[in-house]
Amino acid sequence: MIALLMRDLRLAIRAGGGFGLGLAFFLIVVTLVPFGVGPEGAILSRIAAGILWLGALLACLLSLDRIFALDFEDGSLDLLATAPIPLEAVVTMKALAHWITTGLPLVLAAPLFAVLLHLPTPAYFWLEVSLLLGTPALSVLGTFGAALTVGLKRGGLLLSLLVLPLYVPTLIFGAELVRRGGEGMAVQVPLAMLAGITAATIALVPFASAAAIRVNLR
Amino acid sequence: MSIWEYANPVKFMQTSGWLLPWIIGATVLTLVPGLVWGFFFTPLAAEFGATVKVIYVHVPAATFAINIWVMMLVTSLIWLIRRHHVSALAAKAAAPIGMVMTLIALITGAFWGQPMWGTWWEWDPRLTSFLILFLFYLGYIALWEAIENPDTAADLTGVLCLVGSVFAVLSRYAAMFWNQGLHQGSTLSLDKEEHIADVFWQPLVLSIIGFGLLFVTLLLLRTRTEIRARRLSALEQRERMA
Amino acid sequence: MMFDFGKYTVTILGSWGVTLALLAGLIVLTLVKGARVKRALAAQEERMKKNG
Repeated sequence: MIALLMRDLRLAIRAGGGFGLGLAFFLIVVTLVPFGVGPEGAILSRIAAGILWLGALLACLLSLDRIFALDFEDGSLDLLATAPIPLEAVVTMKALAHWITTGLPLVLAAPLFAVLLHLPTPAYFWLEVSLLLGTPALSVLGTFGAALTVGLKRGGLLLSLLVLPLYVPTLIFGAELVRRGGEGMAVQVPLAMLAGITAATIALVPFASAAAIRVNLR
Repeated sequence: MSIWEYANPVKFMQTSGWLLPWIIGATVLTLVPGLVWGFFFTPLAAEFGATVKVIYVHVPAATFAINIWVMMLVTSLIWLIRRHHVSALAAKAAAPIGMVMTLIALITGAFWGQPMWGTWWEWDPRLTSFLILFLFYLGYIALWEAIENPDTAADLTGVLCLVGSVFAVLSRYAAMFWNQGLHQGSTLSLDKEEHIADVFWQPLVLSIIGFGLLFVTLLLLRTRTEIRARRLSALEQRERMA
Repeated sequence: MMFDFGKYTVTILGSWGVTLALLAGLIVLTLVKGARVKRALAAQEERMKKNG
């Protein structure tokens, strides 16, 4: 499993897009928002948490279709499916590799981008916590969408349509956590819900993804 | 004699063909009086004025928007566990009906919200969850359309329906937490204290039954079409092979 | 006048109109597609019977 993880990471880095592209996309979203809503700091700082979360979500979405597509085309997905480790574990490792190449850089870079959007100071800590807790769920749910659409020629747009509704609870609790944290209100409920959703997602969704891959390989 | 006999497409076609005229009749006999009663012969409610008439289309549509998804969940499960093709095709046939019901609930809600809340759209938990439900219907139908192999499509949409159901419920509670709503509580609570007066309640129940029968009618028609389409493509394939 | 609900006329006629239009559209689509598939299937079965 470790070997599989390292292989995926190496592939992502060698392909070039892995780390850089998601971050660049995130930066562009953050840059474009003030052009759209106007430069007033008060408005920006009010919506900063939501924008950062949306940017992270879209940047994550951007790289989803590559999770299984390459392995499906060159046949290594068939090999992985017949390998001694269960397909569920393969899916989990794929999600982990996706998170390390897109989720983790976003988590690390988010405070820098938050400066551009005048995020209130007390919210920085909660921004980090919420992204750290929330983005793994985005990657795992992404593998589910990617597994459903892996056999399709032009699955990209369909993938977004399938995956985005699944992101709603994570987005709501994640952004709410940052907002409440920034205003100094109680954060236990969104914190617990966000962590709970992520934990349940990681525990259960790989089974659905693996089932979908088996169907697609049939 | 068990319910599983209807999993046989031939048996299903026979029985549904025999049943259809009766169900169509029952639909007409409940839907038309229910709607006419609701539209012409109900008094105006004190607090809502004439807008109370909107509920005769809004509430039935909203009821079935949710229940059709539940029915799709059940038929998807039956397909995934027992591999009955009719079940998968019924789920496929139901999805567009559910989507139209969701759309009706959203649009009539908007028409009603405009004078009552002063806005066409409010990010209220109920409204928001219906919008999300609409997105789930869209994704489900799009996935059916996108996959060519019918069995693969049935499997994948079935899995999507299962996962989607969990997340639809989750979104509902997330939205409730996110924004306390304007939408009033349940209209049809069995609790006498809560539910609306009989003059409004009786035609409403009649139109809900009417909508339900309309759904069954459309579902049978569409499932029959799907079965025929499946047979057609099987025959075409056999011809090409020969 | 039967279709006059004061200031709520647009609300009521609009929502009922949209509902009936959408339901009618759904019914018509269902029937049209049903008839088309039924015809195509009948033609196909006929042709296969003729060709053996």
